[in-house]
Amino acid sequence: MRVRVPLPLLPENSEAVVVEVRGGWGLERRLAELGFTAGARVRVLRSTGPGPVLVLVRGSRVALGRGLAMRILVEPAEGV
Amino acid sequence: MEKVVVALIGNPNVGKSQIFNNLTGGRAHVGNWPGKTVEKKEGKCVHKGVELHIVDLPGTYSLTAHSIDELIARNFIVEEKPDVVVDIVDASNLERNLYLLLQLLELEANVVVALNKWDAAKSLGYEINVDELSRLLGVPVIPTVATEKMGMEELKDAILEAAKRKERRKNIVKYGEPFDGIISEIASILQKDGELSSKYPMRWLAIKVLEADEEVMKTVSKSPVYDELKLKLEEAKKVLGEDMEIALAERRYSIIAETIVPRVLTGARPLTLTDLLDKAFLSKHLGIPIFLALWWALFRFAFDVSAPFSDMLSMLFTELGKFVSSGISDPQLASFIADGIFGGLGTVLSFFPPIFFLFLGLAMLEDSGYLPRAAFVMDRLMVKLGLHGRSFIPMLLGFGCNVPAVMATRTIEKEEDRILTILVNPLMSCSARLPVYLLIASAVLGPWAAAATYSMYILGIALAILMAKLFRTVIPYFKGKPSPLIMELPLYAVPTVRTTLIHAWERGRLFLRKAGTIILLVVILSWFLSNYPWEAVHQNGEFVIENSYIAQLGRLLEPYFRPLGFNWMAVVALFFGFLAKEAVVGTFATMLGVSEEEASSALASAGVFTPLTGFAFMAFTLTYTPCMATLGAIYRETNSWKWTIFAVVYELALAYLVALGIVTFGRLLGFT
Repeated sequence: MRVRVPLPLLPENSEAVVVEVRGGWGLERRLAELGFTAGARVRVLRSTGPGPVLVLVRGSRVALGRGLAMRILVEPAEGV
Repeated sequence: MEKVVVALIGNPNVGKSQIFNNLTGGRAHVGNWPGKTVEKKEGKCVHKGVELHIVDLPGTYSLTAHSIDELIARNFIVEEKPDVVVDIVDASNLERNLYLLLQLLELEANVVVALNKWDAAKSLGYEINVDELSRLLGVPVIPTVATEKMGMEELKDAILEAAKRKERRKNIVKYGEPFDGIISEIASILQKDGELSSKYPMRWLAIKVLEADEEVMKTVSKSPVYDELKLKLEEAKKVLGEDMEIALAERRYSIIAETIVPRVLTGARPLTLTDLLDKAFLSKHLGIPIFLALWWALFRFAFDVSAPFSDMLSMLFTELGKFVSSGISDPQLASFIADGIFGGLGTVLSFFPPIFFLFLGLAMLEDSGYLPRAAFVMDRLMVKLGLHGRSFIPMLLGFGCNVPAVMATRTIEKEEDRILTILVNPLMSCSARLPVYLLIASAVLGPWAAAATYSMYILGIALAILMAKLFRTVIPYFKGKPSPLIMELPLYAVPTVRTTLIHAWERGRLFLRKAGTIILLVVILSWFLSNYPWEAVHQNGEFVIENSYIAQLGRLLEPYFRPLGFNWMAVVALFFGFLAKEAVVGTFATMLGVSEEEASSALASAGVFTPLTGFAFMAFTLTYTPCMATLGAIYRETNSWKWTIFAVVYELALAYLVALGIVTFGRLLGFT
């Protein structure tokens, strides 16, 4: 099994696949609606900590608060 | 005439309002959804002898029960049963946009798809097979470019055709096993309840039951089949897992990603202009400076351009008032017409130009796609302050005028965050307060005048931060963190003149209709208070305000303001400052019997203020009760007297404390 990391820990311009969105805050549903579901490919466009993260998911650019993005666990894609 | 009800729906930023404007010619009836603060827009057009009644539903990503917007949209479709639902899909962002479409198909709505931003998709290199998409979805698909009004006739034709085709298509979306089996089992249980089956599409209701949708659960829990349903749900949980809402969301997305998108969309994705622009606008170092520069430009634009219009409107109404009242022999009626009615109308209308131009500039920034970027750049700072990334724009607008600033809080989704932003917004020192600072500072503060004026802006920001923190910790309603940022950043686009003009016009008109009536009433009231008792105030052609009710009120209240060093004149000035903060200047001028230009020197020689009490008065002017135009906006936006009154009370108390603090500490430090 490969490593799972929270989304904001990925470097900018890297790609990954969503493994799991952790519960809490009742926001996982909203994230799912926007396309953050298991298996979705994501690409980190901007991540200048400690500010929000900008992610390309399912063709759209979504800004997420850093704390929220920490709840999205991803598996870094091959070759990155 | 035959009438067809058409609902427009779509994700945010798909060009829905442009399509609405194109279809209705920009003439909309703007109101609220019953009992909600969410705006409702309706319009109509006639196409081939049929009247299309068009209802603009709130922009949403989904149709769950988790947000007011989504509930409004879905209840309209379920309960009002519009003849046709036009789903506006962003062709340049097909995958995510199809998610909402699948849910509309679940709802068995009579859907027509407007595949908008067709040109943007082309320029990204996308090729979309429209016929195949239409075949897969089982609904008509019309490519459109709303900004250029392309595809509008075809869209209207498709709407009419869909309206004629009465039978609705069912079971278009298959989720595969084990989902479909369980869904039909639940549906067959629900079917037994005649009341439910006559009202709701069965398959949709079954899906929502499976998702444990709050609203739907409330409805079905009253049904006689509820016990049977519960057993079935327990069974389903064993197969599908605990959170079936997430499981179904995953399923929908995999249908889109695996069976729809690959068959209809081809073309590579090159580095887009948006990515390039974002490199600059979202840059760690340049992001904030760029933002500040753009904001400054917006401000100069709005206030420099609108100032002459505002002045002209005030002057026009003053002159009109004089002209009309000159033909009236009764002096009381003449004064009422000139100062009460026309003066009031002039005040109301003079707010219109800054609101119009500010929203015009703001709409340009918004339609260009920049505004969400500003929220992105400022999010970290705002969260630290207990506010929300999206609170930033309204706070900045407050430096110009709090009225559009309060109205601009609409972009904040969570109501708690929104109300908090509204409550602290009046502490941003608006442009109307500047003349007051200048008057007092130049009268009594000598070389410190500029620094004192500048310090008012800083004081306002500091108080806003303090209050936001305080309310977050003290008032249970605001407890907790601001909701985290979740926001789509759309592609950059060139804003269209027409859409931005219509948007600015709508905002301005809304202000006139809602806030305007309140302002007019208060102006008339204050006219009465300063002109009566008539004989005592108007002696031998002289205007003796000292004898008016308002002066009496000022003297009555003077003892309460004595600890701050304010006399009755200052109290009266503050009272009129409530109409519009800049009225403080004019009131002093009237009371001192001089013109506004001479007010400063007259104020200095009259000895109303010492340097210390003058400074305290400036701070009081900054902080106390928002002007009534702002209050009108607060009432309109919170839809609550409770919050409106709260804003008045807390700011009055805060102003008193701040002024008292300044006077007390000033004296301790040896200032007079």
